[in-house]
Amino acid sequence: MVQLTLPKNSRITTGKTWPKPEGATNVRKFQIYRWNPDDGQNPRVDTYFVDMDACGPMVLDALIKIKNEIDPTLTFRRSCREGICGSCAMNIDGINTLACIYGMDEIKGDVKVYPLPHMPVVKDLIPDLTHFYAQHASIMPWLETKTNRPAKEWKQSIEDRKKLDGLYECVMCASCSTSCPSYWWNGDRYLGPAALLHAYRWIIDSRDEATGERLDELEDPFKLYRCHTIMNCAKTCPKGLNPAKAIAEIKKMMVDRAV
Amino acid sequence: MNYLTDRKRAQGTGAGGEGTHHHWQMMVSSAALVILVPLFVFVFANGLGKSYEEVLAYYGRPFPAIVTGLTMVVVILHLVRETQVAIEDYVHGVAEKLSLMAVAAFGYTLIAAGLFALIKLAL
Repeated sequence: MVQLTLPKNSRITTGKTWPKPEGATNVRKFQIYRWNPDDGQNPRVDTYFVDMDACGPMVLDALIKIKNEIDPTLTFRRSCREGICGSCAMNIDGINTLACIYGMDEIKGDVKVYPLPHMPVVKDLIPDLTHFYAQHASIMPWLETKTNRPAKEWKQSIEDRKKLDGLYECVMCASCSTSCPSYWWNGDRYLGPAALLHAYRWIIDSRDEATGERLDELEDPFKLYRCHTIMNCAKTCPKGLNPAKAIAEIKKMMVDRAV
Repeated sequence: MNYLTDRKRAQGTGAGGEGTHHHWQMMVSSAALVILVPLFVFVFANGLGKSYEEVLAYYGRPFPAIVTGLTMVVVILHLVRETQVAIEDYVHGVAEKLSLMAVAAFGYTLIAAGLFALIKLAL
């Protein structure tokens, strides 16, 4: 059965409040989820104060500042700091997004930062995305061909290439899948919006020759049909993509070949 | 603890090979209900306030009887399929199988009882 309450050892407690920066006049309060697998303690929410006059505009800037100047134990993933790598996905102000492209001016009041919801936490703001990546691998995210000619470049018309727009931009940050209630309840079997968006990206690629096999692999009440068009994925996607539409297109293709 | 690879855990036992049929059935019954529900409301409202004999005569006519029967069957089948999805979402294991059987049995019993009542009224 679905578990509606957190286990006792996962309940969040109040953590440490760090001192305000001395002499700062423009201070912002950050409440950040902390959990260390090594100390045996429950998760907690620590409070930090950041001098906004000496900080960049994005949430990631503040997190890096906190780590560099206040608390070096704060742990989070980050890399490109410009919305391309997808590493710094986290729940900010109740929204799954990328910390590097989410401006603090978009947040009213305190800045609340949690890891992506409903995923096992490795430490602090780092979710365990092992299963998410394995699901992505399971949809065969590559061009699958059976014909061995042409031996060099496989051409694609401009019209066919346009079909990939709105799909290829996905950076696999997992914001969409972890915002999806269906993925929360049945993430072990439901592929989730990100993997399905990628599945559709290869299904409609004019050069791919495994369309039927790809659709066969998705013909399942759980892998595909757990999507109930809740649309959280489209609402939260930091890249402005629409995984729900991609899933609907797959369903249409399924019906077209069966009915 | 199972020593499974991440890929094996993600793939499980593969695709079940069904889902589209259920999805299509839901689409068809949804479209049918868009037409049937307003018709049923119209038919049912017309029968309200009549005496017992008048109601017997009313449902003895083909249009009210067929609209009522069709609406009842399609609504209940739609409800059974939708409940099936909700059960698959939230209940797992043996409880899931038992719940699915119970819902199907309840739905088909409702259809049988409803049709029996309607036929008794109409004939």
